[in-house]
Amino acid sequence: MNIKLKALTKSLWVFHAAASPCNNCDIEILDVLTPRHDVERFGITLAGSVRHADVLLVTGVPNYKSKGILKRLYEQAPKPCLVIAIGSCACGRIMFRESYNSPCPVDEVIPVDAYVPGCPPKPEAIIAGVVKLIEKVKHTTSKV
Amino acid sequence: MKALFYYFIFPGFLFSVVIGLLACWVDRKVTARLQWRVGPPWYQNFVDIIKLLGKEIIFPEGAKITFLLAPFLGVLSLGLVSTILGLNIIYPGQGFLGDLIVVLYLMTIPAIAMIIGASASANPLASVGASREMKLVLAYELPFLLSVITIILRSGGSIQLGNILAHQVSFGSNIISFSGAIAFIVAILCIQAKLGFAPFDISEAEQEIMAGTLIEYSGLPLAIFKLIKALLLYTLPIFLITLFWAKDLSPLFLIGKFIAILVIIILIKNTNPRVRIDQAVRFFWGKLTLVALIGLILAILGL
Repeated sequence: MNIKLKALTKSLWVFHAAASPCNNCDIEILDVLTPRHDVERFGITLAGSVRHADVLLVTGVPNYKSKGILKRLYEQAPKPCLVIAIGSCACGRIMFRESYNSPCPVDEVIPVDAYVPGCPPKPEAIIAGVVKLIEKVKHTTSKV
Repeated sequence: MKALFYYFIFPGFLFSVVIGLLACWVDRKVTARLQWRVGPPWYQNFVDIIKLLGKEIIFPEGAKITFLLAPFLGVLSLGLVSTILGLNIIYPGQGFLGDLIVVLYLMTIPAIAMIIGASASANPLASVGASREMKLVLAYELPFLLSVITIILRSGGSIQLGNILAHQVSFGSNIISFSGAIAFIVAILCIQAKLGFAPFDISEAEQEIMAGTLIEYSGLPLAIFKLIKALLLYTLPIFLITLFWAKDLSPLFLIGKFIAILVIIILIKNTNPRVRIDQAVRFFWGKLTLVALIGLILAILGL
């Protein structure tokens, strides 16, 4: 593993990309960033601009409108950029599968690196997902 | 050769970057402890910089070349500031006439670099941030210069850092007099705005204009802007110590004073909400200028 990826795993700046969620997952993401869970211990901070982001936290099922915006957001982020799909909707659009307004799940729009299921997932589950993402980055050499 | 060593390695660029990044860590750690958290490890800011160096540099469509040149302008000028201040502390009396003025000018360049870079980035939110930064520079420079003039008056009209240091060594620190204490309070509040810390982080308000002036930066230029922040966090407290609190500058005292000023700045940052730009300008041009003028009059009277 080279120093670039090592530094990346030690300082993940997350960007909150909400693709039409019901806001429960977003509230849980904000819970992760509160003092109780304190992810700044691992260098994880919330970035205001997508140009500073290393990780996109995608929540919700993309609809016809947010699908294009999500794709553009991913293109605007500087590479290497990782994506975590948070919540059952983003992982597999559970009950909205047959909906008239859900053209595709998140991983058909942008490449997803880690999935955190749950409706909404607990903060501990999100942290576990980030840990698995870091493990994945450590074990891949060609990716990102 | 010696000048290059001074500029790039020891009191200059490399040394001050390391100390500045450690000071940034102190900032994050104290903030975390105030919020009842644990906070990042000491090497966190170094890792951030290395990570940013490895990221893609995005040059937005419609941006000018000054977008990439602006951060270098800021970091070069701050390297010079830290060299001048460091040499004055290590070898007192080696400075040149008027180095105080040079330092004052060089310390406004990072803000100007930020304005230039943001204006060149062709982003509406960045231009909002740039206009706010511009108003903020105009606002805080007036009381800051008044407090520096107070110190110049107290040291017998000398505009040389070495003489100001020598005056304090023989007559006691400026901060323990009435006018010096008032000027110190004014300067601390101005430095808060110079650093872009709350309550004056208006130009890069993360919540409302999404990092404002820095919104389009990524990769290397963003890393250099982070270095500018780190250098400011090193040079500005050192500048304050030189002007106000330089009775004893042995290494242990110097580190203690540096950390004390740093913690004061961080406490102000963490206990105040962000003000609006009109409130900030009114504060700096109204109340703070008045206080600085009182300090100036006291200095003329000799208190």
